[in-house]
Amino acid sequence: MKKSVGQTLHAAAPVRAWAQRFAFLFLVIAAFALMLLGKADTVLVERARSVVTDAMAPVLEVLATPVDTVSDIVEQVQELADLRIDNASLRRENERLRNWQAVAQKLEAENAALRELSHLAAEPEKRFVAARVIGDPGGVFVRSVLINAGARDGLDKGQAAITSDGLAGRVAEVGQRSARVLLLTDINSRVPVVVGTTRERAILVGDNTNQPRLLYMTPGSEIKPGDQVVTSGQGGVFPPGLPVGVVIQADEAVLRVQPFVNWAYMEYVRLVDYELPNILLPAAPRRAAPVPGARR
Amino acid sequence: MNQNVWTRLDVMARNLSPFVFTLFLVIAAMVPFQVPGLSAIVPSLALIAVYFWVVHRPDLMPAWVVFLIGAVQDLLNGSLLGVGTMVLLLVWLAIATQRRVFGSASFMLVWAIFVLVSAGSQMLIWLFSSLISGVILDARPLFFQYLTTIAIYPCIAWLFVQTQRGFVR
Repeated sequence: MKKSVGQTLHAAAPVRAWAQRFAFLFLVIAAFALMLLGKADTVLVERARSVVTDAMAPVLEVLATPVDTVSDIVEQVQELADLRIDNASLRRENERLRNWQAVAQKLEAENAALRELSHLAAEPEKRFVAARVIGDPGGVFVRSVLINAGARDGLDKGQAAITSDGLAGRVAEVGQRSARVLLLTDINSRVPVVVGTTRERAILVGDNTNQPRLLYMTPGSEIKPGDQVVTSGQGGVFPPGLPVGVVIQADEAVLRVQPFVNWAYMEYVRLVDYELPNILLPAAPRRAAPVPGARR
Repeated sequence: MNQNVWTRLDVMARNLSPFVFTLFLVIAAMVPFQVPGLSAIVPSLALIAVYFWVVHRPDLMPAWVVFLIGAVQDLLNGSLLGVGTMVLLLVWLAIATQRRVFGSASFMLVWAIFVLVSAGSQMLIWLFSSLISGVILDARPLFFQYLTTIAIYPCIAWLFVQTQRGFVR
């Protein structure tokens, strides 16, 4: 009896080795399948990503809190050291901004009056959701951040993410309690913008550097370094007029944009919920209950 | 009998610790440290963890665990799905087939081999990523990540040695 057990074990060893090799081969094939699946970029992959980020979000949130605290303290100490210089420069800026405020108020009134005159459609309402940046994957080929707000906070794919400085990116994946924001600098980011006072149209194209490129300008356009770049609102996804950055000359032929956002200190972002009713969404509920007197 | 169950649970928990610590490092690498330029060159902590445990305790880091870690990392990072998984599996294979080298290797030798292994893995990541995206990607960030990864290896290895003494049997 004992002998037969020994013989079985003896025979089992090579079988086990083969099984292990087969298992490894299976895993390699599975990894290859993942690559293909990721390349096809199906809804399935997106859902899997949001499930994983949702699961890890609480851990990341806990880990990010002390880091935020320390960086806040460091910042406060630095501010304390530069208090006098800051104060002087802020006074000057305040004076300058007061002038601008007067100009802006005058223009706002004028704008409202002109809109009234020309019966321009009112701008859709904007709604903001604030979220904390809890994860910076730091991948070498991606530029994105994770935030601690998701579908339950009213986030949706495509919404613009802004900081106090300007546009940072757009929501690319939404989980229940977390979401991924694709930054302007990512290689997959495309944002329609208008440049300068002449309002030349262009597309801001990320290439994984800190300064995305300006492409697809109209031939003969007069875009020059120093021009302000704002979102154009084309496509109806981003609200028009969000500040993006300033044009800089990189090469002779290449124009780049220095974004206003400070990528290193992104602690909070605001998500802009900007809905254009009847344009992007199929107006199914409206059709069900027709507005009285809509047809004139 | 009851004692036996608890002992087995205890052993299981201890054997799981390499996996749990590796997963923790994958998450920790994502914490936004708000240091300018850091996020682009955050070292590949998962590679260090997988290499360390496959070299020192291969029984606790089988290929399917490596697969799981790679997949979670790819999903969480938002990077190209499957690339990190495949490269970690190939690292596992490279070490598993060259086990004799590590028999009585000193720390310096293990580190030196890691310098080679991580160079190979970064090159493979660049190759796979470029193939999948269809453009030749800029390899410089990968090179800087390579430098930070091999530089931080001794620190992480020290941490793991403490873990091994404390938790793993």
